[in-house]
Amino acid sequence: MKAENYQEKTIELSGWPVRITSYKLGDEYVCEADNVSPGARLARFTSATAEEAEKNALSKAGHMLAKTKRHEV
Amino acid sequence: MAAAYAHPEVLVSTDWVEQHKNDKNVRIVEVDVDTDAYKQGHIPGALAWDWRAQLCDTVRRDIVGWEQLENLLTTSGISPDTTIIIYGDNNNWFAAWAFWQLKIYGHKDVRLLNGGRKKWIAEGRELTQDVPSYAKTTYPKPASLDLSLRAYLPKVQEASSKGSAQLVDVRGPQEFTGEILAPPGLPETCQRGGHIPGARNVPWGKACNEDGTFKSPDELKSVYAAEGIDGSKQIIAYCRIGERSSHTWFALKYLLGYDNTINYDGSWTEWGNLVGVPVEKGQAASASAK
Repeated sequence: MKAENYQEKTIELSGWPVRITSYKLGDEYVCEADNVSPGARLARFTSATAEEAEKNALSKAGHMLAKTKRHEV
Repeated sequence: MAAAYAHPEVLVSTDWVEQHKNDKNVRIVEVDVDTDAYKQGHIPGALAWDWRAQLCDTVRRDIVGWEQLENLLTTSGISPDTTIIIYGDNNNWFAAWAFWQLKIYGHKDVRLLNGGRKKWIAEGRELTQDVPSYAKTTYPKPASLDLSLRAYLPKVQEASSKGSAQLVDVRGPQEFTGEILAPPGLPETCQRGGHIPGARNVPWGKACNEDGTFKSPDELKSVYAAEGIDGSKQIIAYCRIGERSSHTWFALKYLLGYDNTINYDGSWTEWGNLVGVPVEKGQAASASAK
C-alpha cells in the first residue's frame, strides 16, 4: 500500500500553531497533529473518513495543548 | 562550488533505500517517537525498535546497556558488518538518538534515511504492515564504549561557568526563554524554566528543509554561525531529554564536520531539576547584549 493525497497544513489550536498532516492509507484515512515547534506528535488517528480522522486528531491535540501553562519570564 | 557534507556516507536518500532495501547486508530499522506508527505501515523489510523500552535503561536513566543492546542487535539479524539504516518520525529525532547510541557502542556502518518516515510517506512509496523476522546473529561485546560522544553533567557545568565549550540549546524558543517548561501539549518534566547559562538557542528544526531532509552544508553552516556555533571549540548540544539534541549532534558532527560535538542527554530534565545550580531566563545573555 502507498499513502495517497498526502497534505500538510498549519492551523492555530488553543493558541498554539499545529501542523495537520493527512493522507489515505489503504482503506483508511490518517490524520496526525504535531505542535510545529518543536514538532512533537500530539495525536494520530485513523478513520473511515478524512473528516472523522481530522476531527479526532484536533480534539485530542486541542485538549493536550490547552493544558500548556505559560510562565512569566 | 557548493560545499559537500563532511561525512556524506552517513546519510542515504529514499531512492537509495528503495534500491537497497532487500540487500542482505542492509538492515532497516524504524525508531519513532510515536511507537505505534510502525504498525500503521512501514518500509518493507524494516524492523521497529522502541526507544522507550529498547533504547534506554529506564531503571538507571541511562543509555541502553550492552546486554539489552546485544539482544536487540542479534535478534534483528545484525552483526558488526551490517549496514544499519535508521529512520523515524519527527524528522528522525529518535532515529538520531539510536544512531548516537550505536556510535557509542562502536557500530561501524550506521546511516540515517534523509527525511525519515515523513518523506517516505509523502513520496507515496510502498508501505507494509508485515513484520519481518531475521535469523539471529552473534555480535561480540565491544572492547570499550566511545563515551567521548556523551556529555556528563560536570563537563556541562564547566562549559557553562568557564566557557570551555559552546552550549547549543536546540529546544523551541519558548522553552529556551522559560515561558513554557515542555513542548506545547506535553507534560512538564522540570521544576524550572529557562536555559543553561551561556547557551545559545538554535532550534533543531532549523537544520531541516520542509520535506524533512537536512539543509545544505552552506545553509547549515550559516544557521549555526548566526549563533556563534562554528566548531572553533567543543560543542555540547542539549534539549529536554536528549533526542532532539541527537539530531543536532548528527548535523554538526557528521554533516558540518565539527568533530568535537557531543550530546548532553541529561539535558533540561537534568539541569532544570538540579539543586543549587543557576538557570538563565529570557533570551541568551550574549544575544540580548548585542
